Amino acid sequence: MDAGKSIVAQLKGAAKSYGKVRALDGVDLAVTAGEVLAVLGPNGAGKTTAISLLLGLLKPDAGEATLFGESPTSLSARRRIGAMLQTAGVPDTLTVGELITLFRSYYPDPRTFADVVALAGVDDIVKRRYGKLSGGQQRRVQFALSIAGRAQILFLDEPTTGLDISARERLWKTIRMLAADGCAIVLTTHYLEEAEALADRVCVLAKGKVVAEGNVQQIRARVSQRRVSCISSLDAGAIAAWPNVRNIDRSGERIEIVTDAAESIVRRLLNEDAALSELEVRRAGLAEAFVEITKEAA
Amino acid sequence: MNAIATISAPRTSSNSLIVYALEAKYEFLRVLRTPAFAAPTLLFPPLFFLLFGLLMNHGNEGAARYLFAGYSIFGVMAPALFGFGVGFAMERERGWLSLKRVMPMPPGAYLLAKMAMAMLFAAIIYVVLALMARFLAGVRLDVGQWFLLGAIAVFGAIPFCAIGLMIGAKSNASAAPAFVNLIYLPMAFLSGLWMPLTMLPAFFTQLAPLWPSYHLSQLAQMAIGIQPWSGVEIHIAWILAEAAVCLAIARRWMAKAA
Repeated sequence: MDAGKSIVAQLKGAAKSYGKVRALDGVDLAVTAGEVLAVLGPNGAGKTTAISLLLGLLKPDAGEATLFGESPTSLSARRRIGAMLQTAGVPDTLTVGELITLFRSYYPDPRTFADVVALAGVDDIVKRRYGKLSGGQQRRVQFALSIAGRAQILFLDEPTTGLDISARERLWKTIRMLAADGCAIVLTTHYLEEAEALADRVCVLAKGKVVAEGNVQQIRARVSQRRVSCISSLDAGAIAAWPNVRNIDRSGERIEIVTDAAESIVRRLLNEDAALSELEVRRAGLAEAFVEITKEAA
Repeated sequence: MNAIATISAPRTSSNSLIVYALEAKYEFLRVLRTPAFAAPTLLFPPLFFLLFGLLMNHGNEGAARYLFAGYSIFGVMAPALFGFGVGFAMERERGWLSLKRVMPMPPGAYLLAKMAMAMLFAAIIYVVLALMARFLAGVRLDVGQWFLLGAIAVFGAIPFCAIGLMIGAKSNASAAPAFVNLIYLPMAFLSGLWMPLTMLPAFFTQLAPLWPSYHLSQLAQMAIGIQPWSGVEIHIAWILAEAAVCLAIARRWMAKAA
């Protein structure tokens, strides 16, 4: 991690149990200014618990959670954060404009009303009541509330659930812009392409522990497998017997090989089939890496 | 987009008073725009007063005066119990409370806003009842008496907000209205808001000090000369003690849930 940048949010050996269920088991996590950290993990991995500790909604049983070196429940720390929770339960009968005005009033130096509206893309629905909006519009309003205060760290719990593709890309663009402005962003998401598109760093949780941490490339590298695909007349059964071939699929004339040693496989393919075409080699995406890492942890 | 709304809070200092005021304003609007809540809350006390205090009463000024005092207290019960209790249970369950807890709000603004909402509703109901009492039932009071009774009705929000908070802290949103109803109407009846307790078996009179509405109705009757002033401190002490007990229980339940 970049030692020159200041840590804005941190978990140190944080543990939290609900009755006998250990939701978090000694998690260390640090978020530095201006970085986008994606927290990934299957359901029940402890993502929401980790966020709740950083937000001061829960107290750790052991270890500590800090925001700007302070307790997350202190007013001065809270003045520097914004949050979009998974279930926001915003009152249906207030208008979008009223909600933004209310949330701006909480902060000493809020963003202007016009900026909030423009950044969150809610210009067309300012006068409408929250309860009359579509799911995607409601999500955009929740995002607007999270940025009302010009926060230095933003917690976004599954921010793009329910958004259509163009709204999602618009939100991604805004998130990148805020991060470039120096705002740290902690993002939990189901969508791996979201982490790939936004995250400087990825932290994978499974069963309450950090099982992998690093940038997207490092996480991907955790999975050595690559996919080799090509159009070839070679016999799939014969290729399956080659060393380092994990799996082979044939659909029509195209074959797809999963391997740990793509280079030697490609060399042998080209030697054995001069007519081979459409050769492609792909590294596993974050999705495959993620499945693999959480499988290892299970 | 109109930019008029941008000139609200000053940029440099987050003025706590503005937060309290906005919080209360939007809590009031939130509730007012929920017709299923606002309509019965605002209409029932005046309708009951119209029915029992005027139409079925045939010009008995004494009875009208008694019922005016009773319905003034009855008027604060619904906004405090339903608005606070059901609203709190719902916002706790749906996650709005969590988001509010994360926000840099001054301590207590959330609860105070809900109490201010209940008080404002009580005041509106009281004004309607007072106009009906004065111009339809011919109730004559000093200026001071009108204001004193109104103040007692508004003050009455405190114990019922505490009871509402207790219910909202424990109950889920769908069950909260049932729990509130279980308390609301029996308590109004057993406190003598609708008819003097002397018309009920003596047992109920002995039980009455348990209900904050009983103490409020005693104060209300003293304020408009139905009975002489006596034991004011004791009634106020009961009301505040009952509120404190409910508040303590609510805090305990909330702490357990976290």
